[in-house]
Amino acid sequence: MAREMMFAEAIAVAITEEMQRDPSVVFYGQNMAMTDRDPFVRKFGKDRVRITPISETAELGIAVGAAMNGLRPIVELYMAEFMLVAFDEVINEAPRLRYMSGGQVKVPCVFKAGFGFAAGWAGQHSNCTYHAMMGIPGLKVAVPSTSADAMGLMRAAIRDDNPVVYLHHYMLTIDKGSVPEGEHIVPFGVADVKREGTDVTIVATAWMVKKSLAAAEILAKEGISAEVVDPRTLAPLDVDTIVQSVKKTGRLVLVDQAPRHASAAAVIAGEVAERGFEYLKAPVKMVTALDTSIPYSEPMEKFVLPSEEKIVNAVKSVLTRQAAAV
Amino acid sequence: MGASSTLSNDKLKWMYTQMCRIREFEERVKRTFVEHPGVIRGHAHLGDGAEASIVGSLATRQENDLVMPSYRCHGYPLVLGTPAKALMAEIYQRKTGICKGFGGSMHLADPAHHFPTASGIIGQGIAHAAGAAYAAQVKKTGQVVYSFFGDGSSKQGAFFETLNMAAVWKLPVVFVLENNEYQAYTHIKLEDANAIAGDPLSQKAKAFSIPGVTVDGTDPLKVYDVVSEAAERARAGKGPSLIESKFYRFSPHGNAITVPPVPTQFQEHEAIEVYGNKAEFEAAKANDPIKKFRTHLIGAGVLNDAEARKIEDFVRSEMDEVVKFALESPLPAPEDALNYVYA
Repeated sequence: MAREMMFAEAIAVAITEEMQRDPSVVFYGQNMAMTDRDPFVRKFGKDRVRITPISETAELGIAVGAAMNGLRPIVELYMAEFMLVAFDEVINEAPRLRYMSGGQVKVPCVFKAGFGFAAGWAGQHSNCTYHAMMGIPGLKVAVPSTSADAMGLMRAAIRDDNPVVYLHHYMLTIDKGSVPEGEHIVPFGVADVKREGTDVTIVATAWMVKKSLAAAEILAKEGISAEVVDPRTLAPLDVDTIVQSVKKTGRLVLVDQAPRHASAAAVIAGEVAERGFEYLKAPVKMVTALDTSIPYSEPMEKFVLPSEEKIVNAVKSVLTRQAAAV
Repeated sequence: MGASSTLSNDKLKWMYTQMCRIREFEERVKRTFVEHPGVIRGHAHLGDGAEASIVGSLATRQENDLVMPSYRCHGYPLVLGTPAKALMAEIYQRKTGICKGFGGSMHLADPAHHFPTASGIIGQGIAHAAGAAYAAQVKKTGQVVYSFFGDGSSKQGAFFETLNMAAVWKLPVVFVLENNEYQAYTHIKLEDANAIAGDPLSQKAKAFSIPGVTVDGTDPLKVYDVVSEAAERARAGKGPSLIESKFYRFSPHGNAITVPPVPTQFQEHEAIEVYGNKAEFEAAKANDPIKKFRTHLIGAGVLNDAEARKIEDFVRSEMDEVVKFALESPLPAPEDALNYVYA
């Protein structure tokens, strides 16, 4: 039995149910839990649910220290860019301490943030920063594209004994999706084939999965069968599933909302070039944001970002081996 | 009457012993760079001169209280009960090190002895200490967390953000700002507005409306007095305090930063090397906390000279064994590097 849930709701349900299950899970951040009427405060009290000042370094550093002393903190950061203020804690503290201690401590925490808000939020609030996090040994990165994956990955993130950056795309917030009943968990490091196909593999994350599925519909009407693979987590990254798909289709298009050299697409392309070269019938094609910051005005914002049309053109170019202006 | 007036003779002798152990350990680390070059890699930071401040603070602990120092971390686990052999072996890159060779001097850790980790990034560990205190608060463990950091880190964002949050949440943490007036090569009067104005650093506590007190960090009993008061406050749920503990470090910031194959050693203190102020350094050396405490204990009839010498001999032979153990220990297997990336 499945239930329909909005993307953001699925995440909130996962957090609520995990906090009910495990009293060591705590949840805090700016501009939340302001009053006793807040639903999380009503359920779990003011020890476990708190409001913080605008102090990302302290918020994240406190999560690291609390995690070392028996709690499992979830920090609500709202936007991935706000993690940049405290990037030392994300990149050089949380994932390092277990290793440097020779395995004596663990740092179970979840840094939750929305990202990619391409709705006029402009240069500092619309970015995709996961490239800087996905290659850090000891740090895990989750990027769900559906309500079911959002719930399953949040549960897995909370139960994981490692620091996890949980990124939920803003443009998916109110999208409804089917979520399995019960304790639905999605393991890290397992990609999901969102649409089966035979002519081309499209690898995409978050909002780009939605655009890729729409592009696949358009392509299907023209007799082109596209397979859409969603990695779901960028660290650990399931390269095997992607390579198996490329083995089947022989062609690869990577869609990423980040700019070219700061994209997960570039990393995955490198992996496939090394591990799946013999299966490729055409060069890979990356559909990414152009090399600009995200502009405010709508026609410019649309111009810079990947679109269904750009994805369709990229697929056609790898099928004909022509360099298409994408 | 401070809390230190209730300390037993046994506890006072223990304090003196621990101070001697810290000094002897740090001397051996320093000598290793000359006697066994290449055995210690990277950057090591010594706490010689800090003994009274470290021991005076840690003597106030209850059993489960946590200690979170900076990367200048050798002295604290020595006092907490971590085997000195495991500490030296870690600094010597050995498999028998407390972190199995994964961390080195800056990143010692022994959670089993209430010392979770140390961060090598100046100031960031202050937030970790507050986090451990938050966990203690939520889980009602009754723990107090001792956060030790230098004057240099008191200009970092992490300091201000953490002290504010700790005050707002009334976290059970004692913040000990160890002011030795040098941040690496920089004298405090080049970088701290309070110091330039002639104000004590403990005044920073006013920014957060928490108690702030300055103490002579070369006197372990004075340190004991103010830290035990702060620990009681924390334990009673009244929140954090800031203690500015003033003393002098006798070594420079760390061993000289060199690139292999250039060998590295501890040079002169920055007071001499950078600022040409030999008089300041000599005056600080003459105010050695260990010599002063020894004199005090003999004067108070807690120890006589022979007993003091017995302690000092015992400590020297302990550290002889410690260095021998570390030198004879094996290095980790190269492929051990693949362990502990994920829990």
